[in-house]
Amino acid sequence: MNFITMASFLSAVSQGLLWSILAIGVYITYRVLDFADLTTEGSFPLGAAVTAQGIVMGMNPFVATLAAFGIGLLAGLVTGVFHTKLKIPGLLAGILVMTGLYSVNLRVMGKANLPLLKQPTIVTSVVETTGLSTANAVMAVGIIAVAVVIVLLWLLFSTEFGFALRATGDNPRMISALGVNTDIMIILGLMISNGLISLSGGLIAQYNGYSDVGMGVGTIVIGLASVIIGEVLLGRRSIVWCLFSVVIGSILYRIIIAFVLANNLPPTDLKLFSSIVLAICLSLPAAKERYRDFVNRRGQKTVQKEEKLC
Amino acid sequence: MLKVDNVKKTFSPGTVNEKRALKNITFHMEPSDFVTVIGGNGAGKSTMLNAIAGIFKVDTGTIMINDADVTKLPEHKRAVYIGRVFQDTRMGTASDMTIEENMAMALRRGKARGLRKGITKAERNLFRERLAILDLGLENRMTAKTGLLSGGQRQALTLLMATMTKPELLLLDEHTAALDPKTAKKVLELTNQIITEDKLTALMITHNMQDALRLGNRIMMLHEGRVLIDLQREEKKNLQVADLLKMFEKASGTGMASDKILLS
Repeated sequence: MNFITMASFLSAVSQGLLWSILAIGVYITYRVLDFADLTTEGSFPLGAAVTAQGIVMGMNPFVATLAAFGIGLLAGLVTGVFHTKLKIPGLLAGILVMTGLYSVNLRVMGKANLPLLKQPTIVTSVVETTGLSTANAVMAVGIIAVAVVIVLLWLLFSTEFGFALRATGDNPRMISALGVNTDIMIILGLMISNGLISLSGGLIAQYNGYSDVGMGVGTIVIGLASVIIGEVLLGRRSIVWCLFSVVIGSILYRIIIAFVLANNLPPTDLKLFSSIVLAICLSLPAAKERYRDFVNRRGQKTVQKEEKLC
Repeated sequence: MLKVDNVKKTFSPGTVNEKRALKNITFHMEPSDFVTVIGGNGAGKSTMLNAIAGIFKVDTGTIMINDADVTKLPEHKRAVYIGRVFQDTRMGTASDMTIEENMAMALRRGKARGLRKGITKAERNLFRERLAILDLGLENRMTAKTGLLSGGQRQALTLLMATMTKPELLLLDEHTAALDPKTAKKVLELTNQIITEDKLTALMITHNMQDALRLGNRIMMLHEGRVLIDLQREEKKNLQVADLLKMFEKASGTGMASDKILLS
């Protein structure tokens, strides 16, 4: 078995940070709103496409990245309106937007793959201004981006609006009886989530050096895996704790991937591997329960046996 | 205060499952009226309460609260006027949020939610004082998630939340039915205390006839989607369960035995 090198470990951490913004977006829909949102697989490459095309057209990379966030808000808005106003089931609403976005992304990019070679990106401008190595610059961008997102979300979740948003996912009937329009909350929650996911797409495109129309495939699994790994390891406490645990989950996921690649698993098998990892993580609570029952039953049997002996 | 006139509601009209839940409900309530509502299963008690709360739109009729026509308002807009406690103890609070967070949301009932702080220090102190009244020790557990509380604790908390900002109308839908007898009694006494002290206008559904007779200044019996019996203060005063049963038989033309009213 090969262990990963320090360089690939650090690279995994940086990637984990950039991807964790996607995972935080998934956390908002999946855990806070209790809504499995597949828009992710469309809004992630949408962010990548918008950022890449913006940069190629000469936009400042920071502006292009923020534009990705803005466009992501719109993607969430469409899914939210589909679900709440047009009464399309949540999963299906996400699938519809995700599928539609595939064409939109192709239109934005003009082709299936848009390289960012020799183009200015956030990473290159950090390198230029600070003199850091590329690897360190990526790390710095990741840390700052994640810190800003977490602080802003923490502030948002401690407002009246944030309370109402959490209650909408927790007990919609209760918060509706307290005068909150849950439809609006679901729409706003989906917007924030997809804005972040799209932002993450924009950052990853700059890290990879290209935007590809297929880069959204499997992102919901990656996001969920990060959320669940974080929860399994750190438990669920306050919102900030959960956001932090999602970031840890995302980084760990990247380290696992780096480890697997170092052991000669072909990269084409990664998606299958990701699915299996997520399936295992999701089944952990049920498995724990069964194991406890099993132990209890065995415990009782031994007690009975001992009683017989007596 | 509350004026319900000719309210009708049919669920799944034109299908085999058609259910005429409210055939014609008309009654008016004065300020600080405390009305107890009884009736058999399927009499339309909960449906009537849900119609007033705005869970669904009624087919015909009008509902007015304080001279404002709320018939067409969605539930979240009626929340300005109405405080509610549900039968299901998990229904009244967000279980993954803390006691103080739940109370902060209740304090903002009917108000727009902006980017102001979700809970302030002054509010925490207020909540601690209010919780102390319950005498359940909840004032020391304000950052505990409500999902960890017992059904009785949750119901007492929900009651406190519903009445914290004085509602124009308090709707109680068998809010003690899911509790054990001892806790149910305690929550009911608390209910009576809050309603009387704050002079609230309240509508309380109960399965317990004795409670219905003992509490409040007015009693209504629903039967097949209509108000069958409606007795005011003086008539209600010396009424016994047996009298009520006789009245029911006379008014409905059916024996109590054929109905599923629970006697206790």
